[in-house]
Amino acid sequence: MTAALQTVGLAKRFGALVVANNIDFRLEPGARHALIGPNGAGKTTFVNLITGRLMPSAGRILLNGSDVTVLPQAERVKRGLGRTFQINSLFKGLSVLENVSLAVTEHAGLGGRMFRRMGARRDMLERAFGLLERLGIADVAGLQVKHLPYGKQRLVEIAIALGLRPSVLLLDEPAAGVPSSESRIILEVIAQLPASVAVLIIEHDMDLVFRFAERITVLVQGAVLVAGTAAEIAADARVREVYLGEREHG
Amino acid sequence: MEAVVSIVFLGLAYGMILYIVSVGLSVTMGLMGFVNLAHGVFAMAGGYITVTLMNRYGVPFGAALLAAFVGVALLSVVLERSLYVRLYGAGELEQVLFTIGLVFMSVAIVRKIWGPLPQPITVPAMLNGQIDLGFRSFPAYRSFLIVVSLALTLALWLGIERTNFGARLRAAVDNRRMAESLGINTGQLFTLSFALGSGLAALGGGLGADILAIYPGYAMEYLVYFLMVVAVGGLGSIRGPFFAALLLGVGDTACKYLVPQLGAFFIYLAMIALLLWRPAGLFGRT
Amino acid sequence: MAADSPVAQLIRAHRLRPTELLPWLAAVVAYFVFASYLPLGSQILIMILFALSLDLVLGYAGIVTLGQAAFFGVGAYAAGIYSVHVTGEPISGLLVGAAAAAVVGLVSGAIILRTSGLTLLMLTLAVTSLLEAAANDATSITGGNDGLQGVAINPILGRFDFDLYGRTAYLYCLSILFLAWLFVRGLVHSPFGQTLVGIRENVVRMHSIGVPVRRRLLTSYTISAALAGIAGALLTQTTQFVGLTVLSFERSGEILIMLVLGGTGRLYGAFVGATVYMIAQDQLAEADPVFWDFWIGLLLVLIVLFARGGILGLGDRLVLRFRRR
Repeated sequence: MTAALQTVGLAKRFGALVVANNIDFRLEPGARHALIGPNGAGKTTFVNLITGRLMPSAGRILLNGSDVTVLPQAERVKRGLGRTFQINSLFKGLSVLENVSLAVTEHAGLGGRMFRRMGARRDMLERAFGLLERLGIADVAGLQVKHLPYGKQRLVEIAIALGLRPSVLLLDEPAAGVPSSESRIILEVIAQLPASVAVLIIEHDMDLVFRFAERITVLVQGAVLVAGTAAEIAADARVREVYLGEREHG
Repeated sequence: MEAVVSIVFLGLAYGMILYIVSVGLSVTMGLMGFVNLAHGVFAMAGGYITVTLMNRYGVPFGAALLAAFVGVALLSVVLERSLYVRLYGAGELEQVLFTIGLVFMSVAIVRKIWGPLPQPITVPAMLNGQIDLGFRSFPAYRSFLIVVSLALTLALWLGIERTNFGARLRAAVDNRRMAESLGINTGQLFTLSFALGSGLAALGGGLGADILAIYPGYAMEYLVYFLMVVAVGGLGSIRGPFFAALLLGVGDTACKYLVPQLGAFFIYLAMIALLLWRPAGLFGRT
Repeated sequence: MAADSPVAQLIRAHRLRPTELLPWLAAVVAYFVFASYLPLGSQILIMILFALSLDLVLGYAGIVTLGQAAFFGVGAYAAGIYSVHVTGEPISGLLVGAAAAAVVGLVSGAIILRTSGLTLLMLTLAVTSLLEAAANDATSITGGNDGLQGVAINPILGRFDFDLYGRTAYLYCLSILFLAWLFVRGLVHSPFGQTLVGIRENVVRMHSIGVPVRRRLLTSYTISAALAGIAGALLTQTTQFVGLTVLSFERSGEILIMLVLGGTGRLYGAFVGATVYMIAQDQLAEADPVFWDFWIGLLLVLIVLFARGGILGLGDRLVLRFRRR
């Protein structure tokens, strides 16, 4: 079965500094996969390499079987790759609805349309609004993002990624810095993601990781320490060692 | 052969003047990321001060230059502390608009006081004419410009490399936040380097009055040259603009001389091409 | 779906509002009331079009440029040269101006839009300076320093001759501006226009939404160039002259000031800013032309410090304060 996402020997060097070291990674279709590791392990760098924000020094990236290693970011998104950012990256001056409809419209291939009014494709706006309802932020649809509290902004961040209908979704610490009311919604949304979407979460919260993940990859200093099922990882001594001081789960 | 010597001397002198004027702009851009389109005003002011002191008050050349340097440096500190400081966090457009506004205001003031015509320059007697070195004679003032500019450049480079101030400046240009967390007062550093850069620009304006004519349009007409020197040299770099300025100076002079019908615009093509080849500038950080 | 649902509200926001017809009403009224000022009126209309072109690329797409005069000047010279050497037919002259400017916009945009910040700004200046130097040198084609002589424009559509009072010119400019406004308004309220705003607000996010950013920017840059070219062509046709000042830094600076004065990124800032500026210049610059520059510079500084949104921005603030009562 073709992996939804695969990296082969992926590496990135900045001079003498190695931030990604020969990473072999597989994300199966419909997977619920978590990427964990101590701070500075290179998790976000890995995501940036996959999405194309960074160009690798070596290795290949395959998205649904096709080689996207040299493709620009926008191209990869068109082929089904979606991501959220660790720190919200939103259109602060636009309304929540406008934020999400940008993604929805672009995904539908209508972003370049020059001569139809924004409202002409009502279905696009309805779809965007539907996403807002699912994430419980429909009540602030008309508000400018900059007026929202951080937690609600985080939900907009996720709505944008969902608006792209990705087949591979990368969530970079989706619940980070978010109060419990919003993080509950985030967890529910993640749990209800379509089974066809392959999801990779970067997380520090071990509760979330073990509740969500079927498979886990542990990244340390830019290299894969170990990968396996949730149970295997929970029992792995090396992992506990790396997380010395963390509570045990399992 | 005579022509080549002329071109080289004028080109080098021209380039060196461009460097002396522009190096301050490179530091400003690199250190604070501040787009200061009014930088040419400082050079222009230096030119007007120098020329007026010499012509109207008979001040000797050296003293006039010194007065220009100090006067403009002080003026820039006042401007920086009162106005520029409000815009450090602002967007690029704000900084562009603000500094263009300053340019318009200065141009009007200058035109009101001195009139629209270029200022007449009296080159000091001993620097007039040619220097005869036996096998060949060289234009004296241009040679003087080259020598003085080289000396200034050397002093600047040594200062940046060897002094405490220079070390802190280099650190702050490289990584401002890091420098601040090391206890370097970047605000103060910036004011000092802004003053130094503006003073140098004034010096360049005064020295180069022969090459870059002192008239109200100075700050606007030569702005694109200063920007090219900085962009091609590499923002924040001290050395890069040196080579960019020489390239521009010699190249522009050569083109204008060799192809008078079309020469004026080749230099723009060359600079654009250079930037396409090296988008971060010759010595820029990618 | 309820009439005031967020979706309905957003759709309504993009629909034509009655207030948007005010400028046209004002322009028609001006035709009758200010019948002796029609030449100034034509110049204002041309500057509005020019400012509109800048707003598309600066206010909406967020490209900070000091080189809009390049396209204005190319359009002006192209229309002038066309009328001297080919025919004085005005409508085709406009198209020639637009096409020439669009080509310059496309080529220069493809090259310089890879850069950003100070480098991009410098390159916009360099392109303009390059064209200005070229126009200065190519004396046989452009007339060099003296300007292009012999521009003669035929009656519009074969019927409407340019009269001494400037009536034909005014209505001509008004019609062109109206068409351009329809076009730009449609563009700005389309998904394309929204992506320009998105690029301006957060270009990183736009990449990760799958937007071909460079392509969108280049498209808007080219369209903006064509519009500026039409404005330049109109200037040539209504004044029967092209000089080097159409390609100057001052020209770029001036139109930037007009736009900022009115308010960027909101379409009508161009209308308000250009009108206020041109009228003020006409009235005040007479008194002391030298110090006009000083006041303009001061105005710019004050706008940046205290009234970033320009006149319309101030208007917004007033409306907000009024509503709070």
